[in-house]
Amino acid sequence: MKIQLNGAPVEAQITTLADLLEAEGFGGTKVATAVNSTFVPVATRADYALEEGDNIEVLAPMQGG
Amino acid sequence: MPDFYGTTLSNGLMLGTAQYPSPAILADAFKRSAASVATVSLRRESGQDRAGQDFWQLIRDLGVHILPNTAGCHSVKEAVTTAHMAREVFDTKWIKLEVIGEEDTLQPDVFGLVEAARILSEDGFQVFPYTTEDLVVADRLLQAGCEVLMPWGAPIGSGLGLNNLFGLRAMRAHFPDVPLVIDAGLGLPSQAAAAMELGFDAVLLNTAVAKAGDPASMADAFAKAIKAGQLANAADPMAPRDMAAPSTPVIGKAFLT
Repeated sequence: MKIQLNGAPVEAQITTLADLLEAEGFGGTKVATAVNSTFVPVATRADYALEEGDNIEVLAPMQGG
Repeated sequence: MPDFYGTTLSNGLMLGTAQYPSPAILADAFKRSAASVATVSLRRESGQDRAGQDFWQLIRDLGVHILPNTAGCHSVKEAVTTAHMAREVFDTKWIKLEVIGEEDTLQPDVFGLVEAARILSEDGFQVFPYTTEDLVVADRLLQAGCEVLMPWGAPIGSGLGLNNLFGLRAMRAHFPDVPLVIDAGLGLPSQAAAAMELGFDAVLLNTAVAKAGDPASMADAFAKAIKAGQLANAADPMAPRDMAAPSTPVIGKAFLT
């Protein structure tokens, strides 16, 4: 299944958002997620089934003014 | 100090965390100035270098209030989604709401700002809107649920200071009980002191400190200027006048020719 992760193409062999985060090295990190521009809370990641072509954003704390 | 959604701050300095030469200098600027609030953002994270995680630890160690922003957002939807993501990551209801409407000035899109403020306020957020000094917009923001207003001093990162003294003074007079923060555009501590002398409750700045040759000293200078301006405002400044008035008594002056 081809998806976009933070703007880059990824070939993923997983089904849920939680699994994707684990597989891509985000395990245990403080991040927020959105799929196709819609916020997906932590509590629902394990049940969130990804689909072909999904656009996933994974954001973390960063410097800001 | 007034309270900001029930939180009383120890001082009126809200300091940004971007553009510092190093994390150590950032931490030193906060330490020297004792800034009460740190503004932060959300950006894409890499699963390999996990840069955001180290930054988050650094910010937590500062022990200050965290004010996440929606910087760079140009639409209501984008700002609202970013706010939701920030609330989860930073575990705070506070959000510095920016909906940018113009690229050259980074002027807020006040129409989108009011709409986003209403949506977020209804969803339990405590919104700190980055706005202009427009009184009608300010009133709409209050109606939308905002209990704090943050008018710009000048365009973000410009260092021009308080561009519209009349407008800012009018805003203070018009909303005497609303916590007001000058957000953006300050370049020098004297400008922060002027804002506090006008009766503003806090200032929010970033570039003026981060881009100074010695950020920690500049942060300290801003903190002292803010304190001086606040003290001066509380001391009820004299009214200016056009003509001179001798301060030394005239009575008793020797008659010498």
